[in-house]
Amino acid sequence: MALDDIYKEVILDHYKNPRNKRELPGAELRCHANNPLCGDEITVFAHVEGETVAEVTFQGAGCSISQSSASMMTEAVTGSSVEDSIALAASFRGMMAGEVEPDEESFGDLVALKGVVQYPIRIKCAVLAWDVLQDALAGSGTADGARSHTV
Amino acid sequence: MSGDVETMHDEAGLDVGAVRRDFPVLGRTVGEHPLVYLDSAATSQKPNQVIEAVAEFTRHHNANAHRGIHMLGEEATQAYEGARATVARFLGAPEPECIAFTRGVTESMNLVAQGWGRTHLREGDEILITEMEHHSNIVPWQMTAAVTGAALRYIPLTDDGLLDLSQLGSLLTERTKILSVTGMSNALGTITPVRQLADAAHAVGAVIAVDAAQLAPHSPIDVQALDVDLLGFTGHKMLGPTASGGLYGKREVLESMEPMLGGGEMIHEVFHDHSTYKSAPFKFEAGTMPVAQQVGLAAAMDYLETLGMQNVRAHEEDITRYAIDRLLDAGATVYGPKDASIRGGAVSFWYRDVHPHDLATVLNEEGVAIRAGHHCAQLVMRRYGVPATARASFYVYNTKQEVDAMISALDRAGNIFG
Repeated sequence: MALDDIYKEVILDHYKNPRNKRELPGAELRCHANNPLCGDEITVFAHVEGETVAEVTFQGAGCSISQSSASMMTEAVTGSSVEDSIALAASFRGMMAGEVEPDEESFGDLVALKGVVQYPIRIKCAVLAWDVLQDALAGSGTADGARSHTV
Repeated sequence: MSGDVETMHDEAGLDVGAVRRDFPVLGRTVGEHPLVYLDSAATSQKPNQVIEAVAEFTRHHNANAHRGIHMLGEEATQAYEGARATVARFLGAPEPECIAFTRGVTESMNLVAQGWGRTHLREGDEILITEMEHHSNIVPWQMTAAVTGAALRYIPLTDDGLLDLSQLGSLLTERTKILSVTGMSNALGTITPVRQLADAAHAVGAVIAVDAAQLAPHSPIDVQALDVDLLGFTGHKMLGPTASGGLYGKREVLESMEPMLGGGEMIHEVFHDHSTYKSAPFKFEAGTMPVAQQVGLAAAMDYLETLGMQNVRAHEEDITRYAIDRLLDAGATVYGPKDASIRGGAVSFWYRDVHPHDLATVLNEEGVAIRAGHHCAQLVMRRYGVPATARASFYVYNTKQEVDAMISALDRAGNIFG
């Protein structure tokens, strides 16, 4: 194990300069979750146009892994179809379970989080935002998408 | 970190070099670094004397206690009851029958909340606890409050991490039937004024229960001098095995309690529609108890008594003072009292802007084991406006060199996240 495996530059960059970290006014999808183990929390806002995830933002507080994962996620899924976004969430979880070899093209910066697999207790931090996204998108058919859960 | 501890003889009268040689795990490495174990508030390491006591019992005397009519059964019973006598002596209890064995303080506090609470509480009564409590002294009371209709009230905290007793008169009243309080906070380190609280509780006719999970391992303790009615303790935080521990109670208080668990060996007679129970403490010990573990706990208490609990306390005060000074110098925020003379060795802090989880991961790379999280004290975290803290905690085997190792590892975290 080496710290460089987990705290890669790209992760620290997303942590210190998070992308799309803001509330999304008028977002029809909004979902919140926290990790009671460490106090990490994430709210994901999504604006879906037809079958396309037009815009995704997040707000939250927590460790570098949970916050950078959320930041990378917003970049990775913006512009994708709902179906592809849900599939990417599943592949990401698969990568964190050590079962899926990441597809560099669809993963982009997210590949950097692969090193977290070596730190099992931190995997929850990495998948938190994805759980929230998946919940938000799964609720896209409901009138009120605002829900919350804990992992 | 080096072999310097070999020559280190604590001003407090503890030969830390000799102590360290009793703990085999302290000889191991984490990666290429020597282990620096600063997480004893979560669980302590075990000396050879405890490991051997458990092994010796398991190898040569293993049987169920209070059951066998054969030689091993007798030996197991003697070892188990001998452990009860040792625990009673360690805590200053008047007799072994004041000690009910449990599997740790969580079970002890649940036994108090259920066994005492359900028989003594009704609507209109109040349970008084504090915002400093570990979840194991909060949640059981919430459950009991829901069943009995009693109200749960809290003693608040000061900004310095002490109990705010300025409004005690309005919180502790004749409606209060029980005051349940920690003796030493696992999240803030604060030592509470147990005797003062016991007197205040008794003055309004309430009983006092103490969660001594942190107090018993780290401070001389005398339940009669403290005049507490009930006191839970846990073995694995005081050099003993996991699943060891118990509940001290004044005899009449224990007798007034209902068992929490029903089953084998706690009964006197069983009929179709009801059963009669043994007297305390045996009515609380249903099913096969962790016999080897309680034997190990007695060995741990013997070990601590040999070191001398005054020496243990003095050593920890010394190292805690040093650690707080160094943390503050390094720019960390320390939660809880800064004065080592009124606190234990669990030091919660936040280092610059580094999230505790990230900090713990970086420190682990240097072989330094600390805790990061809410320490099962979410009310404390909320009170001080943090989602989590990093926590270093010290025990008999820790040295100032280990504090130094932690401080230099903090530097590395600062460089990564700065």
